[in-house]
Amino acid sequence: MDNFTVGVVVFPGSNCDRDVSWALEGCLDIRTKYLWHESSDLSDVDAIVLPGGFSYGDYLRCGAIARFSPLINALDEFVKSGKRVLGICNGFQILTESGFLPGALTANKNLNFICDDVELDIVSSKGGWFNNEDEKQTINLPIAHGEGRYHCDSDTLKKLVDNELIALRYKNNPNGSSFDIAGITNENGNVLGLMPHPERACDEVIGGTDGLFTLKSLILK
Amino acid sequence: MDQFAVKVFVRLRPSVLDPAGEATKSASIKLGAEGIKSLRIGKMIEVKIEGNGENEVRKKIDLLCDRLFANTVIEDYEYSLEKL
Repeated sequence: MDNFTVGVVVFPGSNCDRDVSWALEGCLDIRTKYLWHESSDLSDVDAIVLPGGFSYGDYLRCGAIARFSPLINALDEFVKSGKRVLGICNGFQILTESGFLPGALTANKNLNFICDDVELDIVSSKGGWFNNEDEKQTINLPIAHGEGRYHCDSDTLKKLVDNELIALRYKNNPNGSSFDIAGITNENGNVLGLMPHPERACDEVIGGTDGLFTLKSLILK
Repeated sequence: MDQFAVKVFVRLRPSVLDPAGEATKSASIKLGAEGIKSLRIGKMIEVKIEGNGENEVRKKIDLLCDRLFANTVIEDYEYSLEKL
């Protein structure tokens, strides 16, 4: 991974950008570069992370304003070229708002902001984002969100199931998500959006390492 | 150029759970209001906009509603328009 560089996008209101960069650089020795949301030059990054936070203060809807940034406009070509994009929490919300992933994320069923560790079933191996080739089909990752209830219509859900686009499901659905969905991929598998935070589970010292595999898989071709 | 005042109403689709509406309904009942069968919360957006006639303005507002004001996966919208 000599020159492989992961772009970590910074919006006004992002607050997990440094965590993602720390996990990639410090735990995995993968080079990162912060990308300000007004930049549309993605030529020197090989993969992109849209980190968690509250881009544009979550005004209007979570991710609704971020969608119109120059960087997100440039993302279409990046995704079409097959390069990998990981949207975590607010990043997942931005990916649904901008149409890279289907469905929408809205207020948790119980209206609580939920900050907890959750058990997740790895459902699909599409894109190679999760280690489900051995017997470990369940991982533990932290969640921290107020608007993480995944919603889609029944046709979209059927498409997600039929095409194996559901990456992660909650074992004990905390927020009322349709079909317990915690993360999905696009059809090519190079875009993953998930509400849990893999970057917060990359070191035993902070409670677990189940997020390492997903971050490491950013370097897959 | 004509100027119009537009009021856009954005609502969660009937099939989408509205937890904030449910919580407000519960508080309304605690306040003593009787007979509330349903309570759902939406947004109202006021826009003043110029354009060459109502048709052109409606096209602009349709675009704004469809692409920005509402997420049509979970929300419906409607608007009223008044010439100033």
